[in-house]
This record gives sequence, C-alpha cells and structure tokens, in this order.
Amino acid sequence: MSTKDLKFTEKHEWASVNGNIATFGITDYAQHQFGDIVFIELPAMGKSFSKGAACANIESVKAVADMYAPVSGEVTEINSSLENAPEQINKEPYGAGWVCKVKMAAAAELDSLMDESAYENYVKSVEEK
Amino acid sequence: MNKQLPELMFLKSRDGKEGCSLSAPEIADDLCVLAADKLRKDIADFPQLSEVEIVRHYTNLAHLNYSVDAGFYPLGSCTMKYNPKINEKIANQPEWNAHPYSPIHLVQGNLEIMKSLEELLMKITAMAAFTLTPAAGAHGELTGLRVIRDYLTDKGDARKIVLIPDSAHGTNPASSVLCGYQTKEIPSNENGILEVETLKKHLDKDVAALMITNPNTLGIFEKNIVEIARVLHENGSLLYMDGANMNAFMGIAKPGDLGADVIHLNLHKTFATPHGGGGPGSGPVGVAKDLVKFLPVPIITHEGKEYKVRYHNESGSNRVKNFYGNFLVIIRALVYLLELGKENIRQVAEDAVLNANYIRKKLEPYLDLPYKSKSLHEVIFSDKGLTVKTLDIAKRILDYGMHPFTIYFPLIVHGAMMIEPTETESKETLDQFIDIMIKILDEAKKDPAFVQGAPYSTPVTRLDEVMAAKQLILRWKPAATQTN
Amino acid sequence: MRYLPLTETEREEMRKTIGIKETKELFSDIPKDKSYFSLADLPSALSESELLEKFKEIGRKNIFPGFLSFLGAGAYQHFIPELVNFLSNKSEFLTPYTPYQPEVSQGSLQGMFEYQTMMAQLTGMDIANSSLYDGGTAAAEGIVLALKKSKKQHILIAGNIHPEYIEIMQTYIKYLDYKMDLVPFDPQSGKLKLAELEGKIDQDTAGFIFQSPNFFGVVEEGKQISAMLHSKNSYSIQIVTEALSLAFLVPPGENDVDLVVGEAQSFGLSLGFGGPYLGFIAAKSEFLRQMPGRFVGQTLDSKGNRGYVLTLSTREQHIKRERATSNICTNEAWCAFRAGIYLATMGKKGLQSIAKTNHLNTAYFVKEVSKLNNVKVKYQKDYYNEVVLEVQNGKTDDFLKKLEAKKILAGIPLHWFYPDQKNTILVNFTEIHRKKDIDQLVQAIGEIK
Repeated sequence: MSTKDLKFTEKHEWASVNGNIATFGITDYAQHQFGDIVFIELPAMGKSFSKGAACANIESVKAVADMYAPVSGEVTEINSSLENAPEQINKEPYGAGWVCKVKMAAAAELDSLMDESAYENYVKSVEEK
Repeated sequence: MNKQLPELMFLKSRDGKEGCSLSAPEIADDLCVLAADKLRKDIADFPQLSEVEIVRHYTNLAHLNYSVDAGFYPLGSCTMKYNPKINEKIANQPEWNAHPYSPIHLVQGNLEIMKSLEELLMKITAMAAFTLTPAAGAHGELTGLRVIRDYLTDKGDARKIVLIPDSAHGTNPASSVLCGYQTKEIPSNENGILEVETLKKHLDKDVAALMITNPNTLGIFEKNIVEIARVLHENGSLLYMDGANMNAFMGIAKPGDLGADVIHLNLHKTFATPHGGGGPGSGPVGVAKDLVKFLPVPIITHEGKEYKVRYHNESGSNRVKNFYGNFLVIIRALVYLLELGKENIRQVAEDAVLNANYIRKKLEPYLDLPYKSKSLHEVIFSDKGLTVKTLDIAKRILDYGMHPFTIYFPLIVHGAMMIEPTETESKETLDQFIDIMIKILDEAKKDPAFVQGAPYSTPVTRLDEVMAAKQLILRWKPAATQTN
Repeated sequence: MRYLPLTETEREEMRKTIGIKETKELFSDIPKDKSYFSLADLPSALSESELLEKFKEIGRKNIFPGFLSFLGAGAYQHFIPELVNFLSNKSEFLTPYTPYQPEVSQGSLQGMFEYQTMMAQLTGMDIANSSLYDGGTAAAEGIVLALKKSKKQHILIAGNIHPEYIEIMQTYIKYLDYKMDLVPFDPQSGKLKLAELEGKIDQDTAGFIFQSPNFFGVVEEGKQISAMLHSKNSYSIQIVTEALSLAFLVPPGENDVDLVVGEAQSFGLSLGFGGPYLGFIAAKSEFLRQMPGRFVGQTLDSKGNRGYVLTLSTREQHIKRERATSNICTNEAWCAFRAGIYLATMGKKGLQSIAKTNHLNTAYFVKEVSKLNNVKVKYQKDYYNEVVLEVQNGKTDDFLKKLEAKKILAGIPLHWFYPDQKNTILVNFTEIHRKKDIDQLVQAIGEIK
C-alpha cells in the first residue's frame, strides 16, 4: 500500500480514508520501537471512540502500549487475523497489519493530522532528541 | 558434569515408582464420611518417580543455575550480597517451628525475635514503629501507602494523587494504583535528582504523597531530600521513602532524620536474606509517630515481662498478610544485624559505596556515564556509542562465568547497565569483572557479530522469548493433548 | 568482619584510584548534620558462637516443643521428607535472584515450570502461576482479578472463609471502587446457604469467592455454586487453604470453578510460625493475560534446544507500571520450587495416600469423641481434616488450658474470630498424628470435668 495518502498522528498511528470509513494502524516507526509484537487486544465491534482515546492494546516481549484513535468514530471492522498472527504488524504495518476500521464521526478531525512528509520530519525530530 | 536440561519429570514418571516411604494405615477406609461423588478419582499424569531419580533430577537442575554462592552477581537495584550460612543454620532450628496460632505464652521466644528486629530497625532508621508483616518490597509499598491514605482519610483529607519521579521502580506506580491513587510522574533534572522547584510545580492540595527512592535508581542520593520533606509537609503531603537502596547508607544516615513519614525496607536485599530465585522476601514498613495507629495487625507489644499480640489497631485490623509475616526471613535478618553490630554496620555501606565507585572510576574511560553526579552503591552506564547493545554485553559476560548487571533499567537511561557490586565482593573480584568488561568492549569493537551471538558456553543459548510469548506453553501436557 | 573481604590496604588503594582521601567523602551529598550519627545505642557485634548461644537462649523461651498439637486453621503440620530439605536447601536454588538471565537459570526455571504443571494438575485448572505471597493475599488478588476481568463492581464473599483472609481482602479493596458483600452460612451445617447466595447475585456481580473445605473444615457444594454463578454470568472463585485436600476431593476444575486461589504451605513448607508460605492462583486460560505474578514458559534456544523463560512479563509492574495487573514483584519462588520437590517426592500415590489418611484420622476422632458427653462435634457431615468441637460445659479457654496442662494443644478457640462462639474450638488432624495420639486426645478430653 502506498503511504503517500495516509494521515499520521504524533503517537505514531496512521489513518487511511475511503469515503466515510477510516482504517487505523501503527506506523513502521512504531512497530520498530516495539520489536516483535506478540499480542494485540482488538477493539470490540460497534464500540465508539473519540479522537485520541485508546482503542487497541499492543504487546511485544518487552513493551506494551495503547494505540490511540487518530479520529473519532465507531468500529465497523476489526482485523481478527492479528489475533493469531500479530507479527503481520511488524511485517506490513501499512498493509496486512491494519488494526480496525471506523465510521468517522467528524471527518474534519483529519485536518489536524500530519501528511507523510510532515510525519517524516516529525520522526526525524523525535529521533534526534 | 551434566550441563544439559534433564528431561521433564513427567516423562520419567512410571506407575509403580515411589519417592516417599509411608506408614502403614491404622484406620480402615470405611470410616470415610464423604460420598463417592465428592472424592477425586485420579490426578491425571501426576509424576511418580523413585528417590534416586528425584535426587538426580534436581541435582542436575542445580548444575544449570548461577547463584551468589557461585560468583559475582552485580544486579543493580537488587543488592545481591552474600547470604551468611549461620543465618540458615539458626533459621532452620526446630525451636522456632511453632504453629502461628500457638498460645502466645508458649512462643515468647519467637515474639522476642520479631520485637527485637523491630527495635533494631527503628534505631537505624529513626522511624517511630515498624510492622514486619509485608512479604516483599512491593507489598510493603502497598501497606505504607494504605497507611498514608488511612491517616489522611482520618483527618478528612481526601487527597488523590501520588507523585513519583521518572526514575522510580515500576512497583511504585503499580502499588499506588492498587491503593486507589492516581499517579503523576515528575521529571528528575540533568543531574538525575529531583529539584525542589520541580516538586513545587506539581504540588497542590490534591497531592497525598511523594514516593521517592533514595538513593534513587541512578544510585544518586536525593540531596534535596530535607527541603523536599519540608515543602511536602508544608503542603500537608507526606514523604514515602522507598528503602530498596538502604544498603547505600545503612548506619550512615536515618530516613526518619531526613524527613521520611513512611519507609519500607527489603530484608532480602539490605539484610542479606537469600533471594531464593525470586522470593521469599520481607518488606517491613516503618512509619512516623502520627501514623503508628494505622499499621496493620498483628501488633506485638512488650508488657512487663511478657510479649503480647494485639489483633486490633486503634483504626481497625488493616491486615495485609496471614499470621505474622515471613517469620523465617525475619529471623535471618536479625541474626545478620546482630553479627554486624555497631562495629560493622557502617562499614557495610562504606564498602558497598567504595566498591561501586571503584568500578565507576575504572570503567568510565570505556563507557558512557549519562549522569555525572556522585554515585553511592551503584553506577549506571549506557551503551551509547558502542557497536553492540547492552543486552549483547550482558550475554557475553555469561561466557566469562559471571552474572551480568541489571539491563535496561532505569528506563530514563537508554540502554542502561546498572551495576551494584555490594560490599561482600573482594577487590580481586571487582578487578576481574572490570577486566572482563574491557575485554568484551574490545571484542565488540573488533567483531560485533561475535558479541551479538553470545552466550556460547551456557547450558542453553539465547532463548526465543517471542516464541515463548506467542505459544504460551505454561505447563506440560501429554504429547497427544499439547495444544496451546 | 568475615562478610567484608576488603582489606584496609585495598580500601586505601581504591580510595587513591577514585581520588579521595576518606570514604566519607563519597557520602557528601547527604546533609552533614544528618549523617554519621552516633551508633552507641546499637548492640555490639556477636561472634558465631555467641550468636548460637544467644539464639539458643531465646529458643528456650519457646516452650511449645513437645506438645501434641491439633492446631490447623490455614497452617497445617505435615510430614516433610528429608529429601525436600536436602534438595531445596542447595545454594544453587537458595541464592540466585529472579531468573532474569535465563541462560544461567534453567534449573530454577524448569523447576518452576514443573511446579506450575503440578499445581494445574492438582487444581484441575488450565494454568497456574509460579506463586503469590500467601493464601490471604492470593484471595485478594483473585477477587481483584475477577472484578477487573468482568468490568463489574460487586463481589460476593462467603461468610465461612478464613476470617484473616476476609480481613486481607477488605484491606486490599478498601480504596478501590468496588463493593463487597458477605454471604452468610448456615450455623446448623456450617455450609453456605445456596438460596441466600442466589438471591444476592445480580447484574453487577463479578463473582463469588468461597472456601472449600471451608474455615470449619466442611466441603462445600462447588459444582452447584459454580453452576448458579455461571447461569448469572458471574465467576466462581474457590479458596483452598489446605492444599492437600486437592488430592482427595473432587478438584475445583471438575466443579467448573473459574479461579482457584489459596495456600500451598501443606506442600513441604514447615509451620515456621506463619511464614514464608506459598500463595497460589490457578485459572481457566481466559484469565491468562490479566493474572498476577510470574509465569515460566517453554521455548527454544537459538540452536533449537528446549529451554524456559519468564514470559507474559508485559502484565507486570516493571513494564506496565501504573497499569500492571498487580504490583507483585518478589514473590515466594523458592517456596514454590520446594513445593515442586515435595510433590515430586510424594508422587501421585503418596499424595493420595496421605490425603486420605488426613480424612480418616479425622473420622476416627469424630467416632471416638462421640462416645463422650462433655463435647460434641458440631458439623458431622462432609468434613475433610478439620472439625468444630463444641464444649458442653464451660468456656473453651478453660477447656483448652486443662488440656494444655497435659501437654496437648487441642485446637483453636473460635471466639478469637467470632466473639459469640464462646464454646467451640477448631481441631485439625493430619498424617502426623498416629492412632495413639488421637486416642490420647480423646482420653484427655474425657477426663475433663
């Protein structure tokens, strides 16, 4: 999947938009920070999140962290293949490693997210710290 | 000597083998009052081995373990000092082996042991009273925080927040939450300590306490501690001083004199009781005068000639553990303190700190030292600028027959190597360790891949933790049914 | 000092290397007026022989040895084969830290894996962890786990659980936003009143925790209790304080219990005046990711050989910090390892045999003591290895004193825990007791006027 149309958060999540539906995942940078991911707790179908709320919990051997919703919405689909193969997040964070899809509640929130080049610069600034 | 993992005992089990000798039954089966549907038919796949096989099994397991009796164990924050053998001998005497509900006039000796340790701990910490019931450090934290909350609640003060510096052990925030508190992490400064100004910025009337480890997990003494205590008290907040690192200043300074309201100690660290591969420990909690009435039961008192036990404190039971706590750990700590006596107690801390600083000085030319403040009992380096990671160095140390330091903690140091030698190591051992470190760093320069592949000489090589976490095989099952 | 290997010359050399004149300088961050206090009020150092003398002298103030004891109530005297002492006290098992470097800790790790397996087998559950502090704190961890997992706010607690366990649970949830409700028991049978339990379970009930055999030694109806709870979408949590009963009674797993917590002191740990003991928790696998404490898991090394590591550590405080499932860190690892040795030594047959002897000895006592008029066994049905004895005339303290004068500790007066129970005591029998011991107790009771 091309990453050029994705939107990014400062917490290293991404969102891709198709009409009213947004797909969420974590970025390549984030999966690198985790190392080998061994478990993910997916959100429940139909659950609503507001932007910035914890919507999934991801575990590697040495770290555990929440994934925060890039925008508000209601969960319409989850990637249940991750339950048995969470390593897909490491292998294809922008493809087979997607986490969930939501029906957006306020599409205007997308404007507050970064585009690809802004995110690349942001990652650089984080790494320099 | 066999250095391979023995087969699991379940695979060696055979019907008809016996590991114990039983007395002939004296009572006939027909006296059983329980109906057949209440009785167990079988314990499927439970092992049955002969005595010789059991001895060999565990003896071979023993060969696979490193221990402090075998060598240097510089795990930072763990205080892996030598465990004196006389402590074991005395603790294993039958005269202590009473039932915890024995009438108290029959167990005056045991009560004297507990009261004596309480009194000694009070003297070296300047706290008003101790409870010996908590089973470990984290259990002590929970107990101490609950005492703080009881005290504030009693005053009608419903404060909600515990402040915790970013260098703290993970148990601090976890214990706070179990006590119903919200935690707020506050940053330490570039010298690795908490500044009074930073504290003030986070301090308001909702702060119940500051929970601070001193010396902190960077091995640095919080030198603003007296002022920190004053500022806290002025705000109606309390100072919880985590005594996990008491070995750094036992006999040098007293937490109570520094302004602590609550502390816990780890008998399995500072007071030389064996760690047993992860416990049992003991985490006595000491409190200031105003908090004494909130300590958990049982409370041992000495009235006239006799020791007595109270099962109700003024504020209720507050019980945190069954019976009296880990008595057999408590007795070991008392033996240790009595052997040290006033003549040696200070030397323990001085040697522990001297050893750490010697390592620091010798390794400083080779490793990044992220915090330059004075070190007490431990020193923290990082892997910055190296061709290999902290983990690789740790694993390579195993090949040289030593145990590595604590790795990747505290979290505020990237690639932390946390080295705590303790006072029970000779200069020869320290020099040996230093030489090994220098050698490994040299190996890493010349051939990083080689160091990254370590260890080579241990019973098993690097273990696949990812596979362990994914497959989650947490018990043996017969081959045909092993699914998870 | 024998635990301090540095010589004065070496200290001097090291100070030179560091660049200081006095070791004291290393402590200069500690406020001057608060450091180097006077040590005068501390005792003088004792030599090894002085220590032995001193503790022998303290030991003489313990006058319980030589008494014939029938004390139980959560701490049980069982025979410990010498093998257990011999193997568990090896310094390779006693003096390592938590196995953070698995390559040099396979001995502890495999032993713990085997212990986890045996506890799972004994409880009949999917998984068991590698230890908690003790039975009471395990019960507290158990209810917190059920509350968190169910996301409900209300927990029901059986009134005939060991009173100290109830106190500990109360302390643990005191400042958490949960509600705790006691379910009374039937004073006639000593057992829970299931109808009353049923009435108390509602939408917000996370679960019900009960003890079986209960504090009075009576076996509860585990299967019915679990079914009742499951029909209302709540968890069934069983406490076992006498772990040996697991080898004789239908195990919790077969009664469809969801969580089992308790005390495994009976598995090779001495009475030790109350500790260290061994808390355990075993569960259905659905609880795995929320469970407190450590787990050892099997894996492979880089050469493909079998090995063991601590796993699922992301639940623990050192990674999850304020969001950890529990704050437990140091636990009772050595006690669990030792319990593993005990269980292997007893083996299936040995364990089943002594577990039965415990019950038969109790039954023999009940039969014999029933011939007397001055006492009565209160709950004559469904007991395991403890019974409540009613003293017919007079108070229990007086009764126990008279037996104490004959060097018998006959039991624990229940008024310690229940002020209204003025004339009952709790009596425990294990395989330690011979028939003649029981006869001696019965005879001594019979002689009380």
